[in-house]
Amino acid sequence: MAVVRPFDKLPALNSAAVLLVGSDESLQQKLAEAILKEKKNFKISIHLATSLPLPSERDHLRPRIDLIAFMIDIKSKYSLKNVEASLAHVDASFFLGKVCFLVTGVGRVNYCSVEMNAIWKLGEVYCSPVLYCELELEGIRVATAQRLLQMLQICAGHIPGVSALSFGLLMRNSADE
Amino acid sequence: GRRGPVSPGAPRAERGPAPLPRRRRPAAAAQRRAPQSGRSGMASPSERGLPPRGGFSHCFIPVYRFQENADPQKTAFLLRKQWALYSVTPLYKFSSGKLREYARLLGAFIAAERHKGLAVQVGVDLDIQVTFSSLPDLKGSEQDHAAMLVQLSSRSSVSPKNSEEKLMWSGWFCCVSGDDLSENVPEDFTCLPLFLANGAESYVAIVGSWFQKTFDCRFRRLAISPLNLTWMAAMWTGCKVEKNASATELVFSVPCLPQPLDISYAIHPEDAKALWDTVQKTPGEITQEEVDLFMDCLYSHFHRHFKIHLSATKLVKVSTAIASAHCDGIIKFLQSKYLIGVLMLLTELAISQIQ
Repeated sequence: MAVVRPFDKLPALNSAAVLLVGSDESLQQKLAEAILKEKKNFKISIHLATSLPLPSERDHLRPRIDLIAFMIDIKSKYSLKNVEASLAHVDASFFLGKVCFLVTGVGRVNYCSVEMNAIWKLGEVYCSPVLYCELELEGIRVATAQRLLQMLQICAGHIPGVSALSFGLLMRNSADE
Repeated sequence: GRRGPVSPGAPRAERGPAPLPRRRRPAAAAQRRAPQSGRSGMASPSERGLPPRGGFSHCFIPVYRFQENADPQKTAFLLRKQWALYSVTPLYKFSSGKLREYARLLGAFIAAERHKGLAVQVGVDLDIQVTFSSLPDLKGSEQDHAAMLVQLSSRSSVSPKNSEEKLMWSGWFCCVSGDDLSENVPEDFTCLPLFLANGAESYVAIVGSWFQKTFDCRFRRLAISPLNLTWMAAMWTGCKVEKNASATELVFSVPCLPQPLDISYAIHPEDAKALWDTVQKTPGEITQEEVDLFMDCLYSHFHRHFKIHLSATKLVKVSTAIASAHCDGIIKFLQSKYLIGVLMLLTELAISQIQ
């Protein structure tokens, strides 16, 4: 299947899957390791991809994806273009709180090749939260991993009373203030 | 911080070549303004685009006024030299009538520093002369303070009559269309946010510390981000230049390699201008989308031939017939008729670093 859909597979018991999409593989790897190190009481599977669509050969082996995190590097225009191209292969119902954008490299103003307006607009157009994180720093990487884990739990439906959509709206409303 | 609307100054008569176009940020409300033609316009808050997110504040002023009064003879010495860029916070109680006294004080300070053992040049003992002078033509609007030049020349103290004075170091402060800053500072403050230095780095440190002590200002190196370099590439490519102009050259540095690799991409100036002319829709106005499209065309052309994604690299240097800029904050002016336009861009960058 060319398009990633949120509800085309059955969920597994007490487990969740997150998909990280971004052009920088080493950074993805580091973030995935940070997520795995965190304490959690459910089974987690982290999928890494440089771009979408995911290859269809192994599609039947993949679990249901609960959260997609697109990673954009401010220092590389290519990473933004890559993410924009990949967004076309995500089903529209994913954008009801199950997608977020991670923007890294924001610490160094003098290295930015991407206009901040473009990123802000991306978050607006796709109704998804934009998290600014300097993933190259270990402390921030750990904090981002914790945030992603919490979001993943909500998106997988493990937290009663909070749905992905309501949480997504909460994040956007607090960001606007 | 956010600034209020800028009031228009006296109307300018634009003569000579077409002025550098105005840049416009894509505003959320998508307000299109009539393009400028020989009249200074007003900047409205919505023109500035959205409030800064993620800690950046690129609130560039879409208004510019072009002054052709700069005498090319007087400013010829500024051309074809490498100038290191610094941003300077407003100077407290600076008076342009006291330039002689400042020169004397700075000379004494330099002599004292050298006596202390912070000798800058080993070997021949040099007698350093300091001159302060004013460059009244280098300004963009009436409110700008006139540019000020500081020069250090040396004369061998062994035989002062025989040896000639040699210019060792020069630095100049200027403010071109810096109304955004100068309108918001209290009395007693002089706004000269851009400082350019040519010569040994050690003299910048000495002169800088004297200014910091005397006028309570702060100097900071002004770096130019790759994003701003792409704006410069687009703006300068669009300017009319005569035949035999030098090629437009972009230098990219490739990250994450065991050995550093630099890629230099040279484009014939007429081809580059032809490409820019197809991209730019409104003469006299530039949007971020147009700059992105221009760069994307260049990147995809390169990718088609070399299979390298230049968009994943860092743009470090832009060289055109008008000027060349390096991301470490180094500029070289190559044509006097566009000097004011380039200074205006640099003043904007300096002001956004200060604020």
